Amino acid sequence: MAESSKNVVKVIRCIVCPTGCSIKVIGKDDSDVTFEGYHCKRGLEYAEQEFREPKRILTTTMKVEDGALPLIPVRTNEPLLKAKLNDALKIIAQKQIKAPIKMGDVLIENILDMGINIIASRNLEKNND
Amino acid sequence: MKSYKSDVVIIGSGAAGLASAIEIKKEDLSVLIIERDKELGGITLQCIHNGFGLKEFQEELTGPEYIQRFINQVLDLKIPYLLDTMVIEITKDKLIYAVNNEEGLIEIQAKAIILAMGCRERTRGAINIPGFRPAGIYTAGQAQRFVNIEGYLPGNSYVILGSGDIGMIMARRLTWEGCEVKAVVEILPYVSGLLRNQVQCLEDYDIPLITSYTVTKIHGKDRVQGVTISKVDRNFDRIIGSEKFIECDTLLLSVGLIPENELTLNAGADLSKNGGPIVDNNLETTIEGVFACGNVLQVHDLVDLVSAEAQRAGKNAIEYINTRYGKDIPSQGKIKCIAGDNVNYIKPDFINREHLSQDVIFTFRVNFPDRRVQIQIKDEENNVIYKRKKVYVIPSEMVELKINFDKLETKIESDSIVIEVIPRPEVLIEEDEVL
Repeated sequence: MAESSKNVVKVIRCIVCPTGCSIKVIGKDDSDVTFEGYHCKRGLEYAEQEFREPKRILTTTMKVEDGALPLIPVRTNEPLLKAKLNDALKIIAQKQIKAPIKMGDVLIENILDMGINIIASRNLEKNND
Repeated sequence: MKSYKSDVVIIGSGAAGLASAIEIKKEDLSVLIIERDKELGGITLQCIHNGFGLKEFQEELTGPEYIQRFINQVLDLKIPYLLDTMVIEITKDKLIYAVNNEEGLIEIQAKAIILAMGCRERTRGAINIPGFRPAGIYTAGQAQRFVNIEGYLPGNSYVILGSGDIGMIMARRLTWEGCEVKAVVEILPYVSGLLRNQVQCLEDYDIPLITSYTVTKIHGKDRVQGVTISKVDRNFDRIIGSEKFIECDTLLLSVGLIPENELTLNAGADLSKNGGPIVDNNLETTIEGVFACGNVLQVHDLVDLVSAEAQRAGKNAIEYINTRYGKDIPSQGKIKCIAGDNVNYIKPDFINREHLSQDVIFTFRVNFPDRRVQIQIKDEENNVIYKRKKVYVIPSEMVELKINFDKLETKIESDSIVIEVIPRPEVLIEEDEVL
């Protein structure tokens, strides 16, 4: 096979440790690739995940009714597909939740039918005024 | 005026204040936390992003989740606290004056005080940006509070000055809230926060990072209309002719933190070069029985490290009350710790000779990034009494060393030591060989 048919598809900067290796994804197309430039197993795992299916923990706020504060910080209980972050943010922005709330309470179940929940990041009392 | 008494009074209920309070309560001493905000928790409450707790709890938490665990412990242990209460003065005799709406001026007599007030952000005044004073200029942490706690957006289109972690995290946060972040501008030739944040907060959203540039003019009279950025040379002087205009309605400043030193200074404690109080290896300031921990002592990268330092301060305050309070125990002398080559500052500032048989924890930051270095400690005669290799050092990562001096081969005779970070001698040889 001619070397010229293989290209650097993507360069991923590893964030596993502060060494920050630049890991090259090399291949003809997205389905058949190899990784170069990583210096540890965790780096390779990270690059594979980041190339095939990048995921992020989403952290944002949700509106609160009758709360001591107008917002409650929330997060996904597991990492969410990066490509779905915006859709999730839109759903969370439309929701309003009633105080009191306890840390870990599920505020939105199975968001985007992806089996991931939106949970509260803190306790929030009712407004006493 | 109402008067109270408590063995230990802790000023501030952030990560440092809560962790030290829990430590003291475990020992069954009386402790009182004083907080000026309307709830316990401090600045960690507004840091709603994840990345906290990996060291303290071995799991990844958001800021509010991290601090909620400490708040829950404080409530479970029934540790008393005052909210909405501002400490206005502390004295050498450990008298604390504070005010609040319900009681007016109050007085608290403590045996020991733990300073845990944290930091303030540097503002536009600290970096002298010319221009009018339009609306739309905020520090990054202030904007973070508006967005994450109060529920307001400070603007629509942003330039963020400073690539520290708060600046980058706010860039992503504002993007998620539908705002446009035009650029993050950094005066240094490299990003000053963590790589992880550069990748996940800027590169994920194609937010330009412009290094070796700074904001040199703010446009707009009533509202920010844009900023001029200029390239800087090695001395951080702007290069004439390199100016670029960026249109925006809001400028966020993420240009460093300054310890809240007013109470410390007023009490008569001495400050060190890094901005926080001078402390010995007990985290005790130059005032006996007054301890400091958390960001009021030094800016930490991780809240986990704040908690660990605060637990130490708590233990040391207990030890002080149990063994030294009210007694005149002569000191065996102090050894001064000096920041040498590529060390920006070092904590502690002094080591007590009587503690040379215990673990002394040093924390410091370097001035510039370097790879394959040797961290070494020298005495006054230039003898290297301690050395350790490290693969990399960067200013954004605090370095921690734990040393028991009595276990080292060379004993410290001198009254001072120098900590330095130098290129590894053998690395120089190896590289010569390659050449």
